[in-house]
Amino acid sequence: MEDFLNDWGLSLAVFLPVVGAAIMALIPRAEEQLHKVVALITTLAVAGMGVALLANFDMGRSKDLQFVVDASWIDVINSRYIVGLDGISMPLMLLTMLIVPLCVIYSWNHFPEPHNPKAFLILILILETGMIGTFAAQDLILFFVFFEIVLVPMYFLIGVWGGEERQYAAIKFFLFTLFGSALMLVSFLALYFLADASGTAAGVANTFDMRALPEATAGIALSTQVIIFGGMFLGFGIKVPMFPFHTWLPDAHTQAPTVGSVILAAILLKLGTYGFIRIAIPILPEAAIEWAPIIGGLAVIGIIYGALCCLAQTDMKRLIAFSSVAHMGYTMLGISTLTDFGMNAAVFGMVAHGLITGTLFFIAGSMKERYHTLEIKRLGGLLVSAPKMGWVFGLATMASLGLPGLAGFWGEVPAILAAYSPAEGLSEPLFRAYMVIAAIGTVLAAGYLLWLYQRTAFGTPTEEFVDDPHITDISIPEWVAWVPMIVLILALGIYPNLLFNLTDPAVVAVGDLVAAAAGS
Amino acid sequence: MLLTNFLMLSSILFCIGVYGVLARRNAVMVLMSIELILNAVNINLVAFGTIHGSISGHVFALFIIAVAAAEVGVGLAMVLLIYRNRSSIDLDDVDLLKG
Amino acid sequence: MFFLENAWIIPAIPAASFLLILFFGKRMPRKGSEIGIAAVGLAFAFSVLAGVAWIDRVENPPPAAHDTEQVDEHVDEDHAEETEHAAADVVQVAASEEGGEGHHAVEPVTNSWTWWQSGGTEFQVGTFVDGLSVMMLFVVGLISLLVHVYSTDYVRDDPRYTHFFAFLSLFTASMMTLVISENTFQIITAWEMVGVCSWVLIGHWWEEKPNADAALKAFLTNRVGDVGLVIGMIILFFAAGSFNVVEINTLASEGALSHTALLAASLCLMAAVMSKSGQFFLHTWLPDAMAGPTPVSALLHSATMVVAGIFMVARMYGVFWEGLSIGTSSINALALIGGVTTLVGASLAFVQRDIKKVLAYSTISQLGYMVMALGVGAWTAALFHLFTHAFFKACLFLGAGSVSHACHHSFDMVADMGGLRKYMPHTFKTFMIASVALAGIPPLAGFWSKDEVLAGAQQLGDGGYPLMFVMGLLTAGLTGAYVTRMVYLTFFGEHRGHGTPHESPKTITTPLWILAGFAAVAGLFNLPDAIVPDGIAYRFEHFVEPTAAYFPSISHPSFSWGLAIVSTLIAVGGVAVSYGYWFQGRWHGITERNGVARAGYRLLENKYYLDTLYETVIVGAIKGPIARASYWANQNLFDRVVDGVGNGTVDGGRRVHKYFDRAVIDGVINMSGRSAEGAGAALRLIQNGRIRQYASLMFGGAAILAGVLIVIV
Repeated sequence: MEDFLNDWGLSLAVFLPVVGAAIMALIPRAEEQLHKVVALITTLAVAGMGVALLANFDMGRSKDLQFVVDASWIDVINSRYIVGLDGISMPLMLLTMLIVPLCVIYSWNHFPEPHNPKAFLILILILETGMIGTFAAQDLILFFVFFEIVLVPMYFLIGVWGGEERQYAAIKFFLFTLFGSALMLVSFLALYFLADASGTAAGVANTFDMRALPEATAGIALSTQVIIFGGMFLGFGIKVPMFPFHTWLPDAHTQAPTVGSVILAAILLKLGTYGFIRIAIPILPEAAIEWAPIIGGLAVIGIIYGALCCLAQTDMKRLIAFSSVAHMGYTMLGISTLTDFGMNAAVFGMVAHGLITGTLFFIAGSMKERYHTLEIKRLGGLLVSAPKMGWVFGLATMASLGLPGLAGFWGEVPAILAAYSPAEGLSEPLFRAYMVIAAIGTVLAAGYLLWLYQRTAFGTPTEEFVDDPHITDISIPEWVAWVPMIVLILALGIYPNLLFNLTDPAVVAVGDLVAAAAGS
Repeated sequence: MLLTNFLMLSSILFCIGVYGVLARRNAVMVLMSIELILNAVNINLVAFGTIHGSISGHVFALFIIAVAAAEVGVGLAMVLLIYRNRSSIDLDDVDLLKG
Repeated sequence: MFFLENAWIIPAIPAASFLLILFFGKRMPRKGSEIGIAAVGLAFAFSVLAGVAWIDRVENPPPAAHDTEQVDEHVDEDHAEETEHAAADVVQVAASEEGGEGHHAVEPVTNSWTWWQSGGTEFQVGTFVDGLSVMMLFVVGLISLLVHVYSTDYVRDDPRYTHFFAFLSLFTASMMTLVISENTFQIITAWEMVGVCSWVLIGHWWEEKPNADAALKAFLTNRVGDVGLVIGMIILFFAAGSFNVVEINTLASEGALSHTALLAASLCLMAAVMSKSGQFFLHTWLPDAMAGPTPVSALLHSATMVVAGIFMVARMYGVFWEGLSIGTSSINALALIGGVTTLVGASLAFVQRDIKKVLAYSTISQLGYMVMALGVGAWTAALFHLFTHAFFKACLFLGAGSVSHACHHSFDMVADMGGLRKYMPHTFKTFMIASVALAGIPPLAGFWSKDEVLAGAQQLGDGGYPLMFVMGLLTAGLTGAYVTRMVYLTFFGEHRGHGTPHESPKTITTPLWILAGFAAVAGLFNLPDAIVPDGIAYRFEHFVEPTAAYFPSISHPSFSWGLAIVSTLIAVGGVAVSYGYWFQGRWHGITERNGVARAGYRLLENKYYLDTLYETVIVGAIKGPIARASYWANQNLFDRVVDGVGNGTVDGGRRVHKYFDRAVIDGVINMSGRSAEGAGAALRLIQNGRIRQYASLMFGGAAILAGVLIVIV
């Protein structure tokens, strides 16, 4: 059993969703119930796979890759099929495996127009493969392939099932990210040609092996490294999204169907930050030190800027979308410190943001379904019309503004803390200024979130919705989808070591690479 | 001297062909004009081939004849279909590719 | 010992009760209030037992351990793993200045578990119990319990009765966690939790927009302070290399940390104190917070939550002591802020019509006393004042609630109250006791603690803190005066409201009497040794003030009869002036009627030459222009600034979004798309679908190319 997991477990987890999608492709479109069941079983099986992997994961060695599979793939360019998990990718993979089944359950009874569960669910399953694959891949080309696979289903989810301006939003999302990934690919190729990995485990001079590359880049001139890092910075930074590459996000979020928004916020954004921690920084630590002040600066601008834009929004979903810009700012600030403290906070922040913003988008979707609008000034009195939903919304709001005891806090405060003392080679006064700005951002976060809550949940319902029979409290599928997220938000908030314990050793390894680069 | 005559002939044929392609609106006439252009080229090829004592000119001419036959076949089929659909073979009416 | 080592149980009980009430409260016969009362009662009982255990520990210190050094090492080693070490060891204090008689340091009882880790270091969560924690646990537990009982009647028919009790429980749990926090990270956590409870409870009646606004304002103002708290704690973490309260304070007290870092940290932490404890100029949220139900005001906004700032300074006193040079200066930021606040609060209490607002400003003023006391180095005086203030102010708030219960839920003293002493004897008596205690008239509680604060300002530091001393004395007079006004308007004269008021039921009067009892006798816990024999003098100081190495060696002011008499006279003077004005109706005309003769006549007739001077120059000026001006400044300047910052930020957000995000950033993106589109539009003109035109273009092009070829070749 253990051998089976070691050899096949991870690959199975990656490709099971595609198998499910293939089965669904063979079932006629009219069998909607069967489609839902197959999709649910597939995603649950994937989640089960994830739990099995977690159970067999050696916590003591979480800094090493485990469940590694290394098989030949494209020999011409020395690109191999390498997958593996360590303490950084594990939590994100599990997050994916959790969110996707919840999305399937959530959409059980209400698929957005134009309905068609078959296509919708198949796209979600393909999306899942792309996301899990991205977190598992340990070869740059494999990573790139999975990274790009994600775009396609998301494009269709937004473009077909989206809101009024879905076409514009979908194209913008697709082209924007594709533009970034094109430059990222150039950087990957540059690494392939410039790095000399012959002395490493890869055994050949030119390789895409992410395990070997950190040791192989020493020979590249710093100025070249900085340029290569720049390409990756654009690729990952657009995905995060960092200021000023964020403008696709509000449009995509506002137009996407609820489930699309949830997956987008919960997981897709993390592909960018994950790329920084997994690829850009370990492989090019010296360039990372050069870039860190810029990244940190853009991050704190994003925090303040996202918050200010939130205050200006009249649409609830758009507000939550902009809040993502601010929150990912904290994550990027943590990353830009290049310390283990900061990157731990970043990984925690990714998971926490996934859970919290995911919940917020779920709630926004459910409210849209009931009110048929998310215009803030027309809402109000949610606590009167649907008290339980008001409570869940309140909890998610509190978590989002970084209340201690809930998950959001542990991504935010440690990131601020890390900025006080960034890695060696970075300017302390600069990062302390960032720290103060980021801390001020927490006030703004409380401002826009509580103001939103006050305007939507407090007070009495507006005239048009006073006795609207459509405004019902949380339904069963909604409960099933939300409860696991709420429980995790609470559990991680109260006992954060659940996650820190897993990520810390792996993050320390990355931090050591940076420290070594700063010392040389 | 001989070559000049051949070249003169082929230029005249070519010009007639170009005129036909540009000036006629009847699709069949255009196809025939294209045929004239191709044959003008053939004459050139054969003439140069003979003068230079090379066989490749003749081979190319044969090749072009074959391609021209195929082209006329496809072209006439298209013209026929256009006629069936629109009861007209006026080329100015067929502007579906307008941007 | 059990209750000291397992102090985590105390907050855990109300925390569990929060969940129970939330999920099962509605199904209980009394809608969940019984769970809350039982849980808080139990937590209070445990707090009392912990207090008894602590007293026992101080009186009979555990047998001295073998060797100090060894103990320390033992502590350090065990820190890495999950340990439970009651530092049950007595360490000889190195030549403490005043504890000359072989004073033994009583070590706190700590207990910790791994909470999170980063960079390979594990950080703890745990309990840290010493005299201060035990005292706070007692205060929080007692007042919370009484407020719970009181609330069963006060919010009886409220639609969210169950939720109200759930959040009272959560608040109690958070506050109790705060006071036994083992490290600064835990303090931040609990600190923000009480802030959220405050937000929820102020906004309890959220159907009304002003209530929701007040809640939001309170939360945001506190959040500003939280920035200071977080940054201050971060500075301390990197200075001391630890979040642990004991380690940070020990290092700071030993002088091992750089003065700059400590100064920066204490100034940052002061921002947190200013917002949480309503210090001038971040105090404006506190009067607004009176929008919440009265039991909430009593529990959160007078007795416990707002003193979190005081507690935090007291807890991190080593940092403040060194950072602000409290022991060796004659003015510092903490003392100054406290002094200004106490004056501002007291003068503003004059012009309020709303009884709760009077009490709110009075709370601000009294909190100012505490901060000032901490600022001048009178640690025990500050905490003792916190202790006594909790009782009499909670009593006053609950009394005000009882009064408004009788007056159709109005808090307007001028329009709806007056003459209530006839109708509400119990409320009247308890309110009077608490008022006298607040005014600082001996022998009630307020006098003793206030006197210690003043003595501290007079004697401590580098030749005393003269400015603070004067401010404190002035406030003593003002306090007496506004208390008298409040009592007069509420209980004396004729009833001005409609209907016949009725006395409140027993669930309300019983807590009032208990609190009034404490308000009367709490002062006796720290009687000076000049009055009573050594065995019962300075008990509070003996049990509460830490003696171990994490606490700086501070000096204590000595009791002075002269000061006690002067401060009492000033307080009585304030009361007398106010009494003359309100009860006897004197001087009412003086501000309207002009003319020196009139004034002279009155002076002679009333023989209150001095008092008239007080009235016109001091009370009148303060009650009139100065109070109004400062209230105006308060409402229009500070409050407007607070509101303005909020509105300005929102407006700024709108502008940024509209002119920058939409216009510039998105504009650039869309522009690239649009330019491609434009190029396409231009090029499509030649794509007209005419085959013959394509052909002519092709031939033309071929001809040109041929021409070029000929020319070149």
